[in-house]
Amino acid sequence: MRAACIAFLLWASLASADEVISGYEFLTPETQALQDDDFANPGMLWVEEGGSLFAQQCADCHTQGSNGNLEGVAARYPAFDQDAQTLLNIEGRINRCREIHLQAEPLAYESKALLALSAYVANLSKGHAIDVDIDGAAQRYFTEGRDYFFRRKGQFNLACSQCHDDHWGRMLRGDRISQGHPNAFPGYRLEWQAMGSLHRRFQDCDAGIRAQPLALGSRRYRSLELYLAWRARGLIIEVPGVRR
Amino acid sequence: MRLLVATLLIAGCAVEYLVVGDGMPAPLTKDAVLAESGRDVFVDREQGHCVLCHALENLDVPFQGNVGPDLSDVGLRLTPAQIRLRIVDASVVNPRTVMPPYYRTTDLHQVAESHVGETVLSARQIEALVVFLSLQRKKA
Ligand code: HEC
Ligand code: HEC
Repeated sequence: MRAACIAFLLWASLASADEVISGYEFLTPETQALQDDDFANPGMLWVEEGGSLFAQQCADCHTQGSNGNLEGVAARYPAFDQDAQTLLNIEGRINRCREIHLQAEPLAYESKALLALSAYVANLSKGHAIDVDIDGAAQRYFTEGRDYFFRRKGQFNLACSQCHDDHWGRMLRGDRISQGHPNAFPGYRLEWQAMGSLHRRFQDCDAGIRAQPLALGSRRYRSLELYLAWRARGLIIEVPGVRR
Repeated sequence: MRLLVATLLIAGCAVEYLVVGDGMPAPLTKDAVLAESGRDVFVDREQGHCVLCHALENLDVPFQGNVGPDLSDVGLRLTPAQIRLRIVDASVVNPRTVMPPYYRTTDLHQVAESHVGETVLSARQIEALVVFLSLQRKKA
């Protein structure tokens, strides 16, 4: 009851403000505590695993020189890549590096290794404010992502914006709807009992309105990711976030 | 009074429905339905699961949502015809509504393959809801 009151006051005091609020603020104190403590946060297992994969596979290029320090890099993704001539998110960037520098096959989306590596790289940007470029070549992806966000779809005929712009703070059964920001992902969802990518979260929201989910890593989900990053600009990266 | 006849395509056969003002007077099915089954449609996750967005004071169910209005007095405020239309397709009354259309199969996009061409609820389930909700007459 007390938690509900606090949550309501939070919503009432913030609902009018045009402020970007992390999904973290919509969690129970218990779940927040789980995220805050690196030793308790289950997502840290993936980050650690990613750290050792990184040391084995990536550290040849990324220990020194201009490529050395990956701190803060994830805050600027997704980004248009001139070489690849497409919009890359962190998962795509990692697979691109594997392809070019390691002559290795791409890791499957949602595989343990790709989740671990992307969680490790994003964790190096923990505390950095999201700041993506939506101009130039990125612009058409941005527009595509924004269109997806505002498009009604599924048997329930709902758009992302109707829940996360128009009705955040309200209760959908036991869930308080947040603003739907991407800053916790890859993140640990209690419902999954595992780490998962942002695109997996998209698939869950699409399935929730009985829309056919798009493929993980698909162009439209990457575009949606860019729009969400821009929409969340200034918000601090929390990877690995813990969510319901 | 505005009279509007719309045609819905359901499972291949054309079903005509009549919208009069902001209501839909004719039942979708002539089968007798019970308020008790309407309660189940309202609550069950596998059926209407209306508690996702709506609350009823006399309902002993935890975590009722508040995206939509409290319906405890809806039977005092709306006629059965008005309740029916809002469940069938609330966007006829409010084009910007977040309430899903429970008996419509047209003009939808990217519908999950497993649900293409299907309505969310059956005619019987909706009529049960209309009976159940018409009985919600709690005075504020
Ligand atoms: C019917 C309501 C609804 C719709 C429509 C919807 N979502 Fe969600 N979304 C939720 C709920 C409920 C949650 C879990 C609680 C929360 O964090 O908001 C959630 C969570 C999220 C999160 C995780 C936020 C966090 O901090 O953990 C993201 C990102 C998100 N949604 C994006 C989207 C996108 C993109 C779309 C459209 C493809 C979408 N949502 C459509 C209800 C919805
Ligand atoms: C995703 C949210 C959502 C769901 C699910 C939902 N509704 Fe609604 N409902 C609303 C909103 C919001 C309104 C307010 C009117 C509007 O915005 O169109 C509404 C309005 C209504 C009204 C008219 C109330 C009034 O006072 O005017 C009725 C009746 C109703 N809903 C019944 C139902 C039933 C029955 C179900 C389930 C089969 C259901 N709703 C599911 C969001 C929802």
